[in-house]
Amino acid sequence: MLSTAATLDATASTGGFMLVLSVVVPVSGVLLAFILGDRYVRLIACAIVLLGLAISAAILVALLHSNGPIVYLLGDWPPPLGIALRADGLAAVMLATTAVVICAVAAFAAADFSATGTGRRASSTFWILLLAIWGALNTIFLAGDLFTLYVALELLTFAAVPLVSLDGHTETLRAAIRYLLFALLGSVLYLLGATLLYGLHGTLDIVLLSHRVGAQPAVLVAAALMTTGLLAKTALFPLHLWLPPAHAGAPTAASAILSGLVVKGSFFIIVRLWFNVMPGVPGFAATQLLAGLGGAAIVLGSVVALRQERLKLLIAYSTLAQIGYLFLMFPLAFGPSGQLESSGALGGGLLQAISHATAKAAMFMAAGCIYATLGQDRIPGLRGVGRILPIGVLAFAFSGLALMGLPPGGAFLAKELLLQAAAENGQWWWALVLQAGGVFTAAYVVLVLAHAVGTSDGATTPHSATSRIRELAALALALCSLLLGLAPWDAFLPIPQASAADKLGLDAVWKMLLLLVGGAVVAILLGRWDLPLTHPWRCKALRAVVGPIRRAGLSSSALLENCDDLLREWPVSCICLVSLAAAFGVLMRVAY
Amino acid sequence: MSGVNVFGLYAAAAVGLGLYGMITSPQPLRKIIAFNLLGSGVFLLFGVVGRRGAAAGIGNDPVPQALVITGVVVAFSATALAVALLLRLSEKASSTTLSSGPAGRAGSDPPGH
Repeated sequence: MLSTAATLDATASTGGFMLVLSVVVPVSGVLLAFILGDRYVRLIACAIVLLGLAISAAILVALLHSNGPIVYLLGDWPPPLGIALRADGLAAVMLATTAVVICAVAAFAAADFSATGTGRRASSTFWILLLAIWGALNTIFLAGDLFTLYVALELLTFAAVPLVSLDGHTETLRAAIRYLLFALLGSVLYLLGATLLYGLHGTLDIVLLSHRVGAQPAVLVAAALMTTGLLAKTALFPLHLWLPPAHAGAPTAASAILSGLVVKGSFFIIVRLWFNVMPGVPGFAATQLLAGLGGAAIVLGSVVALRQERLKLLIAYSTLAQIGYLFLMFPLAFGPSGQLESSGALGGGLLQAISHATAKAAMFMAAGCIYATLGQDRIPGLRGVGRILPIGVLAFAFSGLALMGLPPGGAFLAKELLLQAAAENGQWWWALVLQAGGVFTAAYVVLVLAHAVGTSDGATTPHSATSRIRELAALALALCSLLLGLAPWDAFLPIPQASAADKLGLDAVWKMLLLLVGGAVVAILLGRWDLPLTHPWRCKALRAVVGPIRRAGLSSSALLENCDDLLREWPVSCICLVSLAAAFGVLMRVAY
Repeated sequence: MSGVNVFGLYAAAAVGLGLYGMITSPQPLRKIIAFNLLGSGVFLLFGVVGRRGAAAGIGNDPVPQALVITGVVVAFSATALAVALLLRLSEKASSTTLSSGPAGRAGSDPPGH
């Protein structure tokens, strides 16, 4: 039920009002919270969250019964003059994912923010911003034209930036300003591209544009500018200067939203741009560059994650690596001809995004429980936390396994689809990157879990008790991510039916064991922290072999960390941004 | 050279200058101003596009004007948000540079605020 270029929709379909509702309901929640004041804000937010969940479920059901996307024309004006809201399969599943993640985060946050003193102000601000982010994301998923997408993208940024600096510390304020300024640079580039497209074709409507665009030089320039701008907002390597401090510094519930959902907003617009607005125009070389950056992000993000001292920073760098993973679908979907060849890869990429949204939010929430219990989150200080916080650590383990691709998780199904596409159109090198990405993910998950379940020297005493609801919210979302592969995706995404079920078996268990062992080896060789598992090994011969390799591994990972520090300097990042735009332009031109 | 071309060149110059300012100036306030210049360049380009009548073939296309007004509002709110954050930062810290700086200076901030 993927919206193809052939569906030109001039009239609204039945059920279109639900699309309006899914945008209006969160926004009205924001306004109500301002009117009624701090006291009722949590009540309003919880009511809106439940209502929004029902609306997105209703949209899923309505889409099942309609043939073609659900469309709503604002004021009954047809495009190009009017504005259309469209929900195709991609939009509907993203709406549902957002609703589920926000529901879990709201359950977590309801128990998290204390309603006393300065906490009260931060709490009411959090709820308002949560609803604002939801409204902006829903607009992004449903918007039918590039300018509405721009406005929604900006709304998303404006709601996400204050979330970073909710606690008002100097460092988080700095992180927020850096995030805002870099995001603004990105959105201006996007707007510049949109201007060029309007100048050429006289419309910004996605369906109309898809009929009109060809490979004119100005279209390619616009595509390069818009893609680069959106990459800056998605924080793909090397444009990630704002992500680690912003995602690690924010309060836990905010981190879960920022890492799980906010980066997916701009990623979704890139998907719209490459698959719906100008399918096949960017060409093969540009897709290779995009996935190449993704591959670099996987290596750099994972290795630097292994060197982090704090758990939240480790997860933030893991987000960086997982964002890279999302971009591997582009060359696999388009294939060497530059035309859309494998729609299974598109489905796989989207599924990867959905699975990351749920698993990463769960992981941040589990880390938040650990932080609250111990009063700190240094990785060497995690020993023994498995004893006092079993559910929290279990939630972390489940979300980590979901990220790694344990069947029947969403990431597992996504990886199978992408590998299948790689085999079909002969791009074996991306299959290698996909497998390596799994091993790297396993490495940092193993690193954390080995510390958490390891025995401590003294008795670990809890700093403060954490609410059971918070642990259960994290666990529920992690389980949700682990069971994603069983959902009937074929109704919404271009995924072959029941492809998950017949891949389950002994084979999958073997693959998972291999991943875990590979991950442990990588964690031992590149990690900054000794695995507690390695201590019992007193075998001298083994140490003599492993020792020099580990020293070489450590120095190379230190080198990558320095490289990351350099790349996160403001001028270096900006120069990367400009040269990436130029590189995309040149590569797209070369294709013709 | 027609008027449309002149405005187009001005737009390109404003975009270039704004981009240069965003990249090179170390102070956040200058970056915010540079962003506004960059945005103005893009809005001017929208004006040029409207004047040319786009591909629709009509002169003085009104749609870009509507888009520019929305864009100006968005850029204004972005500026307001950035300045508000910057003011808060200057209240908290002695310097408003964005690099996190050496550990000693970061540690000297009063804890618990």
